[in-house]
Amino acid sequence: MRVRHAIVTGDPAAVLARHQDLLARPWQQRLGNIGFPVGIVALTIFSVWWLDISFAQIGPGLAELGKFIALMIPPSTGGHLRLFLQAMVETLAIAFLGTLIAAVLAIPLALLAAENTSPSRVLRFAIRRVLDVIRGIDTLIWALVFVGVVGLGPFAGILAIAVSDTGGFGKLFSEAIEATRGRERETIVASGGTNWLGIRFGVLPQVLPIIAGQILYFFESNTRSATIIGIVGAGGIGLQLSEQIRTYDFDRVAFIVLMILVAVATIDWISGKLRFAIIGRRPIRN
Amino acid sequence: MSTGLPVLPEQRLAQLVANYGRDIARRRRQSLVALAVVVVLIALAGHYGEVELGKLLHHLSGLTSYFGRIMPHLRPDHLTDDIADWYWGFGGWLKLLFDTILIAYLSTLAGMVGAGLLACFAAENLAPNPVVRWLVKRLFEFCRTVPDLVFALLFVSAFGLGPLAGILAISIHTFGTLGKLYTEAVESIDMNPVEGVRSAGGRFVDTVRYAALPQVLPNIASYTLLRFEINVRASSIVGFVGAGGIGQDLFVAIRKFYYTDVSAILLMIIVTVSLIDVLTERIRHHVAPVENVT
Repeated sequence: MRVRHAIVTGDPAAVLARHQDLLARPWQQRLGNIGFPVGIVALTIFSVWWLDISFAQIGPGLAELGKFIALMIPPSTGGHLRLFLQAMVETLAIAFLGTLIAAVLAIPLALLAAENTSPSRVLRFAIRRVLDVIRGIDTLIWALVFVGVVGLGPFAGILAIAVSDTGGFGKLFSEAIEATRGRERETIVASGGTNWLGIRFGVLPQVLPIIAGQILYFFESNTRSATIIGIVGAGGIGLQLSEQIRTYDFDRVAFIVLMILVAVATIDWISGKLRFAIIGRRPIRN
Repeated sequence: MSTGLPVLPEQRLAQLVANYGRDIARRRRQSLVALAVVVVLIALAGHYGEVELGKLLHHLSGLTSYFGRIMPHLRPDHLTDDIADWYWGFGGWLKLLFDTILIAYLSTLAGMVGAGLLACFAAENLAPNPVVRWLVKRLFEFCRTVPDLVFALLFVSAFGLGPLAGILAISIHTFGTLGKLYTEAVESIDMNPVEGVRSAGGRFVDTVRYAALPQVLPNIASYTLLRFEINVRASSIVGFVGAGGIGQDLFVAIRKFYYTDVSAILLMIIVTVSLIDVLTERIRHHVAPVENVT
């Protein structure tokens, strides 16, 4: 106590003056503290100038947006409830089938791409790069491509989700396979099982719950993606949504958005329960 | 001395085998029920999704030839000319790609500022008012559940074509997702500094500035950088509905079957996205060891 007392009684200004070197922050830090915000602001100003964003646009735009919102209340089906419900079911169907096909395609690919189960390094490298490229292309781009190949409709959407998620699943599954313990598999091979039996009874039982959790998680997120791929003509509620926005029927837009929110929340809830039942409260790596 | 395995009495063995059989049979039954449910769902989804296998088989050759056609025609003896031909629009695309990155930057920044300002009102341990807290949480939820492309469509109608609509749309989505992550980060802070500031007479703003912010800053930086990566992808898409960026040229190329343009633009997007991923991952590891943010 006496020591602390002694410091407090000293003249604060004198103490500060004596220990200036301790209180001063290193110049790099000071430079960073000034330079970082200055850099952020400068880049922001540059971006606004480069993208040619005029603030005069914002006022009328907000007024227009206000008009849209006023038109949204109250939400109304405009007599198209059946059509919208059908489109919503189509959306769920797209998400479900797309996710499932992706998972079925990804499991063998993941076995070939995982370090501990792949039969050859070259094959592993090649498959990984292919998966990387597939993952690098957004679902919406795939949707647009498949609309060009198989025509307008939900089938294009299913294929788009199936292909783009094969990339994501392939990576996640192969990581899950690589994280398994090797003992079970060694036991099986040591007691005379073939390599395939080792994978079937030594590796798959360890990864299946993780894979199931990941599939459910992707199904949740695909329900969201499936609501927008209709905007490029690949089926589902997005088609109706973009139609109603284009024709300025904002009460219907509001209704569809509310429908999407309810559907997404329901799917999240169901799949959350299932996920919890399968793997507990483990986070999904993404 | 006998070294044989201990043999269980016959009766006990029979009981064990019966138990095992019962357990396995139960698990088989459960798997069968799950499988049946999935099959029914597949049938239903196939019906509503208008899946026609014949159509797929019919178009399968179309699909493979599509990927054949988007490949550039590169001949070893005319390589430079062929590449120049393939990337005939390189300058324009590069500018659009730069636009795309700036759109992602501006929307990440706007979303970050908005989410940062509101997150403290949504965090259970700091929120000054439960009603405001509930409202802010619902606002975050709404903004992240409505797909950014839907906002983009609306904003293109309201603000006209161009990057402004895209920036606003992605900002709102970013605001929703970052708001949730920031709130969770604030909720997990150590409360001792908060109590310290409060007991020294600090107001809400002081608590946030001197007790919460220093603890969550590394997490915030990491989440924000990760969001920037995601936003670069998003901003390359919003052009599909006319909201600026490289998406508009890609959209035209795919729609009008300018085959080699598709591969040229896609390659540019993939390379840019991977470069930015690598760069931000470096910075993220440097700033904070937060892993696996979903």
